[in-house]
Amino acid sequence: MAILELKNIYKTYNPTKEDKGEILDNINLNIEEGEFVAIVGFSGSGKTTLVNLINGLLKPTEGEVIFKGKPVEDTSHERGVIFQNYSLLPWLTVYQNIDMAIQEAFPKASKQEKDVRVKEHVEMVGLTHALNKYPKELSGGMRQRVSVARALSMNPEMIIMDEPLGALDALTRGNLQDEILKIWEVNKRTALLITNDVDEAMYMADRIIPLKPGPNATLGPEFKINIERPRNKTALNDNEEYKKTRIKIIEYLMDLGEKQAAKSTSSYELPDIQPKDFRWDTN
Amino acid sequence: MKDSIIRGIKFIGLGFLEPLIRLINKEEPKKNTREVMRKIVAPIASVFIFIGLWQLGSTSLYNKEAEYKIEAATRNQGEEAAAKLKACMESGDANCQPNTLPSPSQVYAAYQVLLEDHKQISADKEAFAEKTFEMNKKRVAQGKRAITYTGRPSFVDQIKTSLKTVFAGFLLALFIAVPIGIVLGLSKTLRGSINWIIQIFKPVSPVVWLLLVFMIVKTLTKNSDSDSSFIISFISVGLCSMWATLVNTAMGVSSVNTDYINVAKVLRLRPLQKIFKVILPASLPLIFTGLRITLSVAWMVLIAIELLAQSPGLGSFVWEEFQNGAMDSNSKIIVAMFVIGFIGFALDRIMLFIQNLVSFEKETI
Repeated sequence: MAILELKNIYKTYNPTKEDKGEILDNINLNIEEGEFVAIVGFSGSGKTTLVNLINGLLKPTEGEVIFKGKPVEDTSHERGVIFQNYSLLPWLTVYQNIDMAIQEAFPKASKQEKDVRVKEHVEMVGLTHALNKYPKELSGGMRQRVSVARALSMNPEMIIMDEPLGALDALTRGNLQDEILKIWEVNKRTALLITNDVDEAMYMADRIIPLKPGPNATLGPEFKINIERPRNKTALNDNEEYKKTRIKIIEYLMDLGEKQAAKSTSSYELPDIQPKDFRWDTN
Repeated sequence: MKDSIIRGIKFIGLGFLEPLIRLINKEEPKKNTREVMRKIVAPIASVFIFIGLWQLGSTSLYNKEAEYKIEAATRNQGEEAAAKLKACMESGDANCQPNTLPSPSQVYAAYQVLLEDHKQISADKEAFAEKTFEMNKKRVAQGKRAITYTGRPSFVDQIKTSLKTVFAGFLLALFIAVPIGIVLGLSKTLRGSINWIIQIFKPVSPVVWLLLVFMIVKTLTKNSDSDSSFIISFISVGLCSMWATLVNTAMGVSSVNTDYINVAKVLRLRPLQKIFKVILPASLPLIFTGLRITLSVAWMVLIAIELLAQSPGLGSFVWEEFQNGAMDSNSKIIVAMFVIGFIGFALDRIMLFIQNLVSFEKETI
């Protein structure tokens, strides 16, 4: 049974106006338990709106988001979210940021249990040395690790990642991809990754679904990545299957991009004007 | 060593001394000399220019007033009286000085007079306390009220009273405006429904507030022997100055970064947790900006309110001196003006310091 189902989602921010500004249209998606799905799309194609619909921050104008058989009405501890801009609270330390999540998710646990749980998760992302540091004292990669630890500390059944590595440099990005995968492989939670990087999606996910750019963004055909885990980044480049799928996805996306570009090229009519008295002064 | 000194002076708000310390340590002499000129020498020069202009202005006003006075004396009482008056003026006798803007040196002299006066009065007070110590003990034992010093307050006593009033008013403003501001910031409906009160009462002059408070407090304190002039003045100060904090708090709370709000939602924080862990810390910088404005407004209106409420303090000091009308009084008023200015400046600095301590954005203003 699918853990998450999106049924005919339609989302617009101003439904009554003439220019409806539709963001998403006709979105259908099923995610199985334990699966790692990536949604790849151009920036501005409505990815964040889609994520917010799934985690419960927004409600669809039409259609239904169903999680574990029940429609999503609000946010829930069962769905952990990792935001693109980390969203750590700058006035709290690493410990306090994670502790805040645990306090809410496990209100009945004893003080000691909570403390152990915070430290466990900080250790998991390798930040024990920065336990009492404030976010502004950490690098971007470290901040995102805290954010990962915070999301996982609530023990969610599904992790939703909204371009989690988008703001990081290539090296940190690679490291964090590995770390997230390692953590994911330990307890195989369902994971949804939103990204604009095809290679990242292919390295991490079981299934890739392109999001056609908005307005009226909708999901394209899915691409399965049948490569055994744990995957090796260098070996992947020589994997025939990987190469083929990669070319297919990129061609599909390029195609979409060109169509989009063609739609928006309207020709300009230049005004026919000439200077009235323009002459070369030769002296 | 040097770096820790620099950090220290920056911490207490004397950052402008930094280039001087660097220069003493022979660090980048060219650049630091320029910085010293710009940040230390130029401001000091401007102080001297200010005093010079003041001296020129007061001299010309003095001459004009003196001329007029002598002319009037000649017209009314004849040459002889005029000559006498002129001699009296030149001798520097305070009784026949023309009444006009005092010169810097006169103001400085008045400052010393006030200081001397303060020493005199505090000595009197001490002597009084010593004399009545035994008797007060007995009176208290008998259940009677102790005898207190009831002499004239010195200038420094007036400053203390004013500070007490302004802090009472400020605390009142804080305890009214911050909670209401938070509630207004959280609820759009409430904000919309109460907005008219804020918009209408915000621009009301301190004088009118004083009269309103007077109407209410006068009745309420009819049968008690509490110090009603103090109560009236501090409540009016609080009511006049709380608006900046109210508006800023409401704005700060209602405009918290959506990222933080989303985090609170995703973590499913309980309402109280959400307010205390997310919304309040996020709006602290704006709340403090409001409190800073409140404190400076409170200090500014305090003088006018004390003056009207007949409540002891700097305001009534200024008013009494003005009523007094002597040349010496004018100098004392100017001394009070500088004291008011310096205290207002110091209060603002203290608030800025506290703001930097508690808010998460360390690099403010």
